[in-house]
Amino acid sequence: MENTNNMNNDRRKFLKFGLLAGGATLAGLGIQKALRADTIPESGKKVKLMTADGKLVEVDSNHMKHHIAEGSVTNAEARIGIEGKKLVMVIDLARCANARKCVEGCQKMHHKRAPVEWIKVKKMQDTNDSAPYWMAQPCFHCDNPPCTKVCPVDATFKRQDGVVLIDNERCIGCRFCMAACPYNARVFNWGDKWGEASDSTAAGCASPDNCSHNSIETSLQDKMGTVSKCDFCVDMVRAKKLPDCVTNCPNGTLFFGDANEDIVTNGEDTFRLSELIKDRAGYRYLEELGTEPRVYYLPPVERNFPFEEDKVPHNTSE
Amino acid sequence: MHTNTHLGPEYNALTDEEKRQHRIEIREVVLRPLKHTGLPGKLWIAFLLLIFFIGCYAYYLQLKNGLKVTAMRDYASWGLYISNFVFFVAISLVGALISSVLRLTNFDWYRPITRIAEIIAVSAIVFAGLIIIVDMGRPDRVLNLFVHGRIQSPIVWDVIVVSTYLATSLLFLYFPLLPGIALCRDKLTEKPKWQRWMYKTLALGWNGSHEQWKIMKRSIGIICILIIPLAISIHTVTAWLFATTLRPGWDSTNFGPYFVAGAFQAGTAAVIIAMFVFRKAYSLQKYLTEVHFNQMGKLLVFLCVIYAYFNLNEYLVPAYKMRGAEGKLLNDLFTGHYAPLYWSVQLFGMALPAVLLLWKKARKPLPIAIIALFVVVAAWFKRYLIVTPIMLHPYTPIQSVPANWAVYFPSWIELAIVSASLAGVLLIITIFSKLFPIISVWETLENEGIELEEMDNPKEETEKI
Repeated sequence: MENTNNMNNDRRKFLKFGLLAGGATLAGLGIQKALRADTIPESGKKVKLMTADGKLVEVDSNHMKHHIAEGSVTNAEARIGIEGKKLVMVIDLARCANARKCVEGCQKMHHKRAPVEWIKVKKMQDTNDSAPYWMAQPCFHCDNPPCTKVCPVDATFKRQDGVVLIDNERCIGCRFCMAACPYNARVFNWGDKWGEASDSTAAGCASPDNCSHNSIETSLQDKMGTVSKCDFCVDMVRAKKLPDCVTNCPNGTLFFGDANEDIVTNGEDTFRLSELIKDRAGYRYLEELGTEPRVYYLPPVERNFPFEEDKVPHNTSE
Repeated sequence: MHTNTHLGPEYNALTDEEKRQHRIEIREVVLRPLKHTGLPGKLWIAFLLLIFFIGCYAYYLQLKNGLKVTAMRDYASWGLYISNFVFFVAISLVGALISSVLRLTNFDWYRPITRIAEIIAVSAIVFAGLIIIVDMGRPDRVLNLFVHGRIQSPIVWDVIVVSTYLATSLLFLYFPLLPGIALCRDKLTEKPKWQRWMYKTLALGWNGSHEQWKIMKRSIGIICILIIPLAISIHTVTAWLFATTLRPGWDSTNFGPYFVAGAFQAGTAAVIIAMFVFRKAYSLQKYLTEVHFNQMGKLLVFLCVIYAYFNLNEYLVPAYKMRGAEGKLLNDLFTGHYAPLYWSVQLFGMALPAVLLLWKKARKPLPIAIIALFVVVAAWFKRYLIVTPIMLHPYTPIQSVPANWAVYFPSWIELAIVSASLAGVLLIITIFSKLFPIISVWETLENEGIELEEMDNPKEETEKI
């Protein structure tokens, strides 16, 4: 009984994969042939499956297991985005105490080390007389993104779910997007294994398959001479998890969610996005540039922590 | 082409014998540098080759280790390569100015220098393209520009206009050169086989018939018109690489004309230097006369004044407002870190030349060549000032990065590669001048009122009579 359940699960997942990756154009025979080419030994046990276009095919059960991967998103799908979502982030500046755990979480998740920081914590002071505050700054995934406009090869693009991603297999490294981004959210892979953590194991991946699969969404495919940046952890979103910067913050500073559902959460507190912005006078950084960021800030009023200067400088060497 | 508008006043004064004498003499003079190269010439070429190969080695290291061997990092993500690219594109515009604008506006004195201007244009644009590839993180993917090219990216516009301008400039160099190549083919019979073959092939069977002259002159007339919008496009699009961003200091509607004005100024100065060097090295005093230096001096004054006007618009208007991040940048340029360089460039590259060249004595060959050298060097540094300080004055504060990321000083690799690109431009010009006549015989003679077309066809003429 348990076995059948597993089988059903496997089958469902396989069908899902077939829907996602193969699309309606993949003929059943094609799938079979592709699977045969795999290096995994066959068990000899065949399972009948129905493909997306309604054909009945027979595949080895071992091969099915190999393809259980919600994260294995094709490049074509990665360019479209997660259907029905409009991903959004809210950063409550009143809660930020410069713990830098978002930076560490992000680096761990994406196998990065100094000097690469896809999210930065900066000391901000709007005028000489106003109080300084700490501001976490990821990529804003702008709705009017200056970076994607200038890309000559469509290597960086805007998706339906609001996320701006980079295809490191296509990027030519002209760095025009870096010049175009007024927030300097983008980083460049100046050398081989630039800022890559030495322990490039699967730990920290949303699912182990993500780490082996070379997808635009996993951002584990950074290549020397190409641009990369915060990817809003879209592979985590597909796995129904929050980005690591959000879950790693000890103060619940960062909220992540979906504007379509009008909801954001930091893992503990959940708010209606529209109400939170309205009640707390949410704003977007440098609104006057017209880039329409998908990251909102809540002003640093009634703070949870007094402002403290950094005791040690961070990210000081390459 | 039997209009008399371009004929000099002494036209009627020359007898047929004198005209023939002129023709023999100029042909001897222009072919002399092609016949043998002296020790200084050989040393010069060896020196340029050395610089060039050091740069090639530096580029090999960059390919091997990635762009980390440069001083560029995430904030100064564009540096010397890009400013050098802008410089080369700027210099290349002079081909269109000298050969086309002056031609269309019925000036005559420019004729002996058209070829110098054109070869500067061609070699500069070739290295503009190369230096952009050097700047790429993934030069192995350069074909993606064609496979995945998106027309809304200013880089794609640049690829289109730069390649078109290169092709058109090559034709603009080539067509008026046909009689010159034919001259080489007929006279330089002792040259090695490959060179004789090259002359024979490139001359396209030129025999100086009226029909050939007609086709050649008509083709020049067409390119002459085509090249002006192209030249303005290449530098306007290059300006737009910056102006289409939101960065304080680049976010300017003035950038297109500002770049074009600066390009004409820098290119004219480059031609003056080349004129001076060729005049001395190839003993062309009789054809590149003081009149030419005098006229180029006046042109340079005019272009400096125009460039100053655009500089006023570019710096003074925002400086009046001193708004936010742009105000900080301007303060840094006017009185801060970049002030010595900024004021040197504005003073020695624009203001002083404009004033000094008002005196006729300053427009003599040697003084004007020195002034032009200042203009060109300042023009190079001006492009550096247009790129680097802006990159290091972003909206968001530069924090939580290694200290060397907040400053930019080019690494030896960048300096070596950029030096190699400059040497490469000079190398192309030098080698060209060793293979082809650097002044156009027929255009120079036309300027003196001698129609080479008529003289080379005495047979046809007698038949007509």
